[in-house]
Amino acid sequence: MPEEPSTNPFLEEVMAIPGGERLKSCIQCGTCGGSCPSGDAMDHTPREIFAMILAGMREEVLKSNTFWFCVSCYYCTIRCPQEIPITDIMYQLKRLAIQAGYYTASITGFSETFVGQVETYGRSFELGLATGHYLRHHPIQSIRMSPLMLGMVTRGRMSFTPKRIQGIRQLRAILRRAKELGGAW
Amino acid sequence: MRRYAYYPGCSLERNAAAYDESFRAVAQVLGIELVEIEDWNCCGATEYFSLDLLPAYALVARNLALIPPDLDQVVAPCSACYYNMYKTDKNMALYPELARAVNEALAAGHLHYEPGRVRSRHALEVIVEDFTPEEIAAHVQKPLRGLRLAAYYGCVTVRPAGHDDHEYPTRMERLLQALGATVVDYTLRANCCGGHMTQLDADTAYRMIYYLLSNADRLGVDALVTACPMCQLNLDAYQGQVNSYFGRNFHIPILYFTQMMGLAFGIEPEKLGFGQEIVSAERVLEKWRNPPPEEETAERKPRRKETGLPMPEPLPVGQL
Repeated sequence: MPEEPSTNPFLEEVMAIPGGERLKSCIQCGTCGGSCPSGDAMDHTPREIFAMILAGMREEVLKSNTFWFCVSCYYCTIRCPQEIPITDIMYQLKRLAIQAGYYTASITGFSETFVGQVETYGRSFELGLATGHYLRHHPIQSIRMSPLMLGMVTRGRMSFTPKRIQGIRQLRAILRRAKELGGAW
Repeated sequence: MRRYAYYPGCSLERNAAAYDESFRAVAQVLGIELVEIEDWNCCGATEYFSLDLLPAYALVARNLALIPPDLDQVVAPCSACYYNMYKTDKNMALYPELARAVNEALAAGHLHYEPGRVRSRHALEVIVEDFTPEEIAAHVQKPLRGLRLAAYYGCVTVRPAGHDDHEYPTRMERLLQALGATVVDYTLRANCCGGHMTQLDADTAYRMIYYLLSNADRLGVDALVTACPMCQLNLDAYQGQVNSYFGRNFHIPILYFTQMMGLAFGIEPEKLGFGQEIVSAERVLEKWRNPPPEEETAERKPRRKETGLPMPEPLPVGQL
């Protein structure tokens, strides 16, 4: 394919992942949205989001809740007749929305605390993390969650800090270098 | 003796210890040697990929790089861990510039990973692919006779990587049948449990869990059998929440396929992590200890409740 100068820099940004260039081939069939188990909670269906990306509607796309409701079930990815890696594109949209600052902490807080835990210990303990996240962002609902947490504690399934790996310095050096390299794939 | 590198992952250290204990116990019976990756780190689950792409790949690649050179396969019981390793290896092989960048990051820790060196596999995949149903059945000491089970795969166990059908997998069913259980045709077997949705939007998450439980309840199962710690956590730990949210009274034990294998192999439930589930599996164990006489199990329970509304009659051929 001859390289033409891009007139849609947002599309280029979204496509900068392995296989991302397939997004250009979207035929707007809607198989993705029809396959989505959490689609009814989205303000735009995946099909709509792709049309909006192709139309260069950066702000509207990155402010939508669509990709935050993606549960990574990959139904859309395997069913897409154009073989667009839709789930991976949803991850990419999350990253771009975070970079653009279009989010609230109650949404990305969980991911950020999770990643913070991994970078501190090398391992995660999501249940302890989930409790902390809940207490911070949903204090009222936390009361309803207490039987669940009690059950997990009494069955030995709960802890609040993960184990620290021995090679944590090595891991941090790798992650630091990866962040410096950044870039598009 | 078959040897595999073993990546337990963070869930199996605590929350899903039952999966780790039962997988190790079953592996021993089957003659599988599991070589745990030394000083492995978290795979990042779905969260790291939401924040930063290259560090997410580098995180997974560190584990792959730590696998001893004499091992060419790694097995992970957690579906998210399995898929993250599979995806990292595959994308590094497909996109050399990604592989170069990941290896440049790994070099900061004096490590290197050559894409394609290690094949990432799910625990279920290893059990059903490397062993025939006859080989499994040969180890059965105490068949799961009279136990009515639904196999629940969830998403990334079978999607998008393909070791079974993406939409209608059947391998776990065949495994459970080889153990002597009665297996139902669980419609929602490959639907999503919602993953971390419980942390973002409880309404959406509970609805997804509700569908799965209600489908299993309608089929009258004794337990729902999973191959993923996330699925187990959502369906087990949140079952009480879902019951109060929807005004239902589901009581469906959520167990790992390795726990069911262990029972059939005659291993004591205490060594298989029984008792760690929130929704008690005591009734399952009761049936396992005292299986019904053989003739009774031949009779099938009706799929629909007697009190249910009649189903519409199918249209005669030609009227459609």
